[in-house]
Formats: sequence, C-alpha cells, structure tokens
Amino acid sequence: MLAETARKLVEGKAKVARIRELRRPDHPTGFSRELFAEMAELGFTALSIPEDFGGMGLGLFDLAQILESLGRELAPEPVLTTAVLGAVPLLRGGSDDQKQWFLPSLAAGETVVTLALDEAGMRDRWFSPKTRLERSAEGFALSGEKIQVADALVADAFIVTCESPSGLALALVDAKAPGVSIERQFRVDSRAVGIVRFDGVAVRESDLLQGDARAILQETLDRAAVALSAEMLGAAEKAFADTVGYLKERVQFGVPIGSFQALQHRAATLYCELQLLRSAVMAAARAADEAPEAFPRLAALAKATANETFLHVAKEAIQMHGGVGMTDEFDIGFYLKRAQAAAVTFGDTSHHRRRWAELNGY
Amino acid sequence: MSDLEAFREEVRAFLEEHAPKSLRGTSPCGPFDGYWGGKKHPPVDPDVLRWRDVCYERGFTAPTWPREYGGAGLSRKHAAILWEEMRAMGLPRPVVGFGFAMIGPTLLEYGSEELKREHLPKIARGEIRWCQGYSEPGAGSDLANVQMRAERDGDHFILNGQKIWTSHADKSDWIFCLVRTNSSAKKQQGITFILVDMETPGVTPRKIDLISGSSPFCETFFENVRVPVRNVVGEIDKGWTVGKALLAHERANIGSSIGRMPGSGQRELVDRARRHLAWSEGKIEDAVLREQIAELGMIEEAFQLTLDRVAQKAQSGNPGSESSILKVVATELKQRRYELGQAIGGLQSLGWEGPGFDADDLAFTREWLRSRANTIEGGSSEIQRNIIAKQVLGLPEVK
Repeated sequence: MLAETARKLVEGKAKVARIRELRRPDHPTGFSRELFAEMAELGFTALSIPEDFGGMGLGLFDLAQILESLGRELAPEPVLTTAVLGAVPLLRGGSDDQKQWFLPSLAAGETVVTLALDEAGMRDRWFSPKTRLERSAEGFALSGEKIQVADALVADAFIVTCESPSGLALALVDAKAPGVSIERQFRVDSRAVGIVRFDGVAVRESDLLQGDARAILQETLDRAAVALSAEMLGAAEKAFADTVGYLKERVQFGVPIGSFQALQHRAATLYCELQLLRSAVMAAARAADEAPEAFPRLAALAKATANETFLHVAKEAIQMHGGVGMTDEFDIGFYLKRAQAAAVTFGDTSHHRRRWAELNGY
Repeated sequence: MSDLEAFREEVRAFLEEHAPKSLRGTSPCGPFDGYWGGKKHPPVDPDVLRWRDVCYERGFTAPTWPREYGGAGLSRKHAAILWEEMRAMGLPRPVVGFGFAMIGPTLLEYGSEELKREHLPKIARGEIRWCQGYSEPGAGSDLANVQMRAERDGDHFILNGQKIWTSHADKSDWIFCLVRTNSSAKKQQGITFILVDMETPGVTPRKIDLISGSSPFCETFFENVRVPVRNVVGEIDKGWTVGKALLAHERANIGSSIGRMPGSGQRELVDRARRHLAWSEGKIEDAVLREQIAELGMIEEAFQLTLDRVAQKAQSGNPGSESSILKVVATELKQRRYELGQAIGGLQSLGWEGPGFDADDLAFTREWLRSRANTIEGGSSEIQRNIIAKQVLGLPEVK
C-alpha cells in the first residue's frame, strides 16, 4: 500500500531527470524540501519508528519497499538517512531524553540526524576511527574529520563514531555546536554529502549513546546495508526496464536491436541476476524483523549481491544504449554513477564476502 | 488450527508411524533422490519397497495426482508440506524418475482417459520406469527438426530412426518420443508425441561414454517398431505442444534438484578447503579462494531464496518461463561450484583413477567433467536465454 503510494509519488513528481537541477552547486540542499515534506506527510519517515515515539511501528521490510520505489528514480530525499542512520542508533542507544527529543521529530520529517562514519583512508575499519573523544574540564572534547557524510548540509545533529578512552563510542553532536564545520562535497552521483570537521567540540557524558557501541554500530550498518540494497534493487530494475524498452524501439540495420541474439542473451542474464537480487533483499529485510539470528548473514548477502548486480546492470545499460547512453542528456548514465557510489557505501563487495565467510566459519 | 497446519500434523504422525527407520536421515528428498523403479531395477533393500507401498496406499508417491490415478488429490501447498516433512526426516521420496516428474504431469494434462488409467497408477507405484526420446543427431537445440519417421499402418505407426541422449534407456521399460508424422507441413506441425514399450521388437538402446567416463546416457535405435495409434498423447501432428509442456517440467526439475540442499555447495567446498588448503586462525589463508567460496555461497543462497519465492508465487500447477530462469542459474551455479572445487584441489583434482588419489577427489573430478553437460542438456543455456528474452522480456523475434 505505502510502497504503491511511494511509486506513484516518484513517478509523478520525482523523475530522475530532476538530478540536473539538484546537482547545481548553488542548490542549497541537493534534494527537494517540498517533496521530502510530502514523503514525511505520507509516513515514509515515521514508518519504522515505534508508535511510542510518534511512528508507525512497522519494520525494515516495509521500509525497504518504500526505498525500492524511491530508488527507481534515484530520489535523494533523506528517508534512509532519517529512518536508519539517525533512528536506529538512537533507538538502540539513546537515553530516554534523547529518544523523546529526537524520535518524534525524525518521524515527522522535521529533523535530520545522520551518521558521521567514514574517514579518509578508513575503508571498512569503521570500528577503529581516528576521530578522538578526549577528557576535558567540561566532560569530553571531540576532534577529527569525517568525509562524505550523508545529508551533512541539512543535518540538525550528527551521530559521530569516535575512539574514547574506553574504546569505540557514539557521540550525538548538534550541527550548530561551536567547533563543528561543514563543507559540501561534489560526488559523481550528485548526492549532497559533506566533510564534517570537529575541532575540540564539547561533548557531555549524556551526549554519548549508551550500551555496547560496537553492537549498536554493527546493527546500524547491517540495517543501512539492507536499506541501501533495497534502493539499489529499485534503481537496477528501473535501469533494466528502460534498457529493455530501448532495445525494442531503437532500429538499426532495419530492425529493432532487441531482435539481435547477442543483446537478448545479455538482457536475459541481467534479468536472472535481478531475480536473485530481489530474493536476497526481501529475505534480508524480512529477517531484520523476524529472524535476528540470520540477519547479519543475509545483510551481507543482500549488499554484496546489490553491489554486483546494480553495477552490472548499469554498465550494460550504457553499452546497450550505445552513444546516447554516454551523453549527459540521457538519464541512463545517472544509474551508473549511483551504482558506483552505492557499491562502496556501507561495505563494498569484498567486505561483505569476507564478512559472509567469517559468519559461515571459514 | 488451519487446514495446512492440521495436514502437517497428519503427515508427521504418518511418517513417524510408517517411515522405515533404516531410511531416515539418508536422503535430501530431492525430485531425483529415491527409488527409480521399473522392471529392470536391481534388487533393493526391502525397506525401500515397504516405504513405497505405505506411501502409495495413501497416494503419497504422487500426491498432487487425482486419486483415481494413484495420487492423493492434494493441492501444491499440501504436497509441499509433505516433501518438507519428508526432507526434515531425511527420507528419500518414495518414487522418483522421469515417469513421476515428466511424463506423468504431461499425461494428466494431455493424455486420453485410457492412457491415464493405463500408465499413471504404474508410475505412481514405480512399476514402470520411463525414459525420454527427444533429441536426435540432427535435432539438438533445434528440437523441432526431429526426423524419426512414424508411418501409419492401420491401427499402428511404424517407427524408424534414432534417438540420442535417452538417459537410462537401458534400464527403462517405456520411452516417450517425438516422431515425424508429416514431413510436408511446417516443421513444428508434423510432430506427434507417442509412447513406446521398450520391449517392442526393433528397439535397441546402446550406452554412450562421456568425457567423464561411463554415463547413464544412451542412444536408442528404432527399426520397424510397431506402436499402436492409441499410444499417441494429444493429437496426431500436434505433438509439439505436448512436447514443449513436458520440457517446462524437465527444466523445473533440473533447477529444483540442484537447489535441493541449501548451503550444500558451500559446505562441500569448505570441506574440500579443509583437506587441501592452509588455514590460520579459523580462516582459509588464500584470500582469493576464500572470497571466491563466499561469492559462490552467496549465489547459492540467493538462488535458494529465489526457488522459495517462485514456489510461493506459483498459482498454477505448471511451470512457466520461470523454469528457464531457474535452469540457467542452477546449472551455471553448479558448474562454478565444480570449477572452484577443482581450483581448491590443485594437483589432487587431476586423478582419473588408481593410486595417489582418494575416492572423494576422484568422484569430484568426474562430477566436474559431468557438470559441463548441465548447461547443454534439458535445453541449453542459450535456448533458455532465448525463452527468457522472448517470453519474459518481450524482445522481438530474430529476423
């Protein structure tokens, strides 16, 4: 039901072509504020937040279907950021005050909380950040530099992974706190990410998320990987559908190029890969809600499969479109750019294969 | 309790009471794991026959077939529960083979009442073993090019020609064949689907050796073989429709038999890695091979999840174009599994027979060679991709 609403919304108002507008350096947010408000109105941000905090209390399975619909048109509105990167660590490790303060406004789409995770040279060593949390007179001081932080430009607060005197910690930091500076970065996929610098930012004990920081971060990363995989599934299916459409309409040598067996077989191969991807993403999203013991393995499966399949589809999509596929005027190229960006976010293929091997005992 | 849950309870009680102890925990319960039956079957453990008999009495050897033909008249969902429970106890299917998996469902759809009554109960009881007479030396991927002649002589057809890749023909009692009854029509239109008793004078099977050594494959020669006209399935000259429906059953079975043991490919490779590779701190040292095993394990799991998804989605009783997807993926997956296993085995993967190689490695090497056939038999991967391109993606015909 919600998934269908999401699909109609993106088809009506959020076609991928709008990226040409959103990517301009003078665009303030890199996504549409109005559209995001509409998405929040429809419940996309509230969906997976518990009812006690103004949400709808549904699971990752339902959220994944929304993200799949948004993914079809590469919609950059911060639904995944809000519902996963912000909400999951707060739900697992937030104090009552933090939950009461943030979760209802996250659910309403009025606040954006994002995860300040990656650092230069970090790759997948997320559990050993160089960002430091050191003792100070008032409590702690946070120093370090995070890169390509999702929706950094519009974030009201950051959850910062950092090394504290007692090991990995997650600090909730106001975006306007003294010592926080944000610089916009420009990426191939036109997503509005940024460098976030923390220069001795004052952090109180009560700003730290409670509980096992490693477990909270791992669960957040697993859920983010599956959520992103759902987005990638939608994107890959749309790029494929557009390509099959093009094969039927483009005429060369007097016939539609889709009648050539060389192209038919490659299209059939992509179709098979997409079937496996859909199965993996659905199973992983369902496991988050119903089978927590199987979830980490299935999360690795979903993301590794999404990485490989989306990239394969996007590369073939350009090849099958021929010359026009290379032009900025055609939309199909946006999918390749997004595929590469998504494939190295929340774990590349190699990372997830190693994790899978570990979880399977070899 | 829902109807399905009640049925599961009923099945559990039935299995607990009737399944022979000696057979429990012995089988993955795939569509080809069990008793193949037939008059030429070598002597078997009496428990295998006892198991067949108790199941047959309940209609459980062919559970979705109507009762009057030896089945239990169950829905696909109910039948799935039966197989699940048998698998959970590690029991073999009571009767398997091309009769149960291919000609049975085809007779149900296209056979005359007389043929159904004659053959289906015997298939369900595993009394008659069937083989497939489709390919010919000049009709492989171009299957509709069958040339084996069937000439009308009163109430009989007289068959002359050669079939190839007739698996297990030497052990079978009957063969279902595509034959040419009209050579002036368009090639798909002059084909007839007919059932032939292998005991008929003039039928001669001969075994074929493959690159993997001896094999179940045969070629079968037909010389003036007299077959009653009443053995035609469907209409004369319209056998191509019947033949294609049977192929979908064949593909679906190949796909699901490869996916029958979740995680088994990965487990087998990891076991092999334990014997052939260096480990440290619980990990395979060779990072490349380790990642390749993980890659394969993941494809295997995604395929298994796809099988489950297709099974849940299937409303109608007959496999459609999804069987092509499953066949392509399953067979290519299986080949990659053996290729990787050979890489892990190194020099030990080269044994053909004799000293210096253990039995597991020798068997694996033969399986590796045999697996090259998986993407050829039952409709090559190229043919399956043609089907997907046209029937699923709606791409235009090649001009």
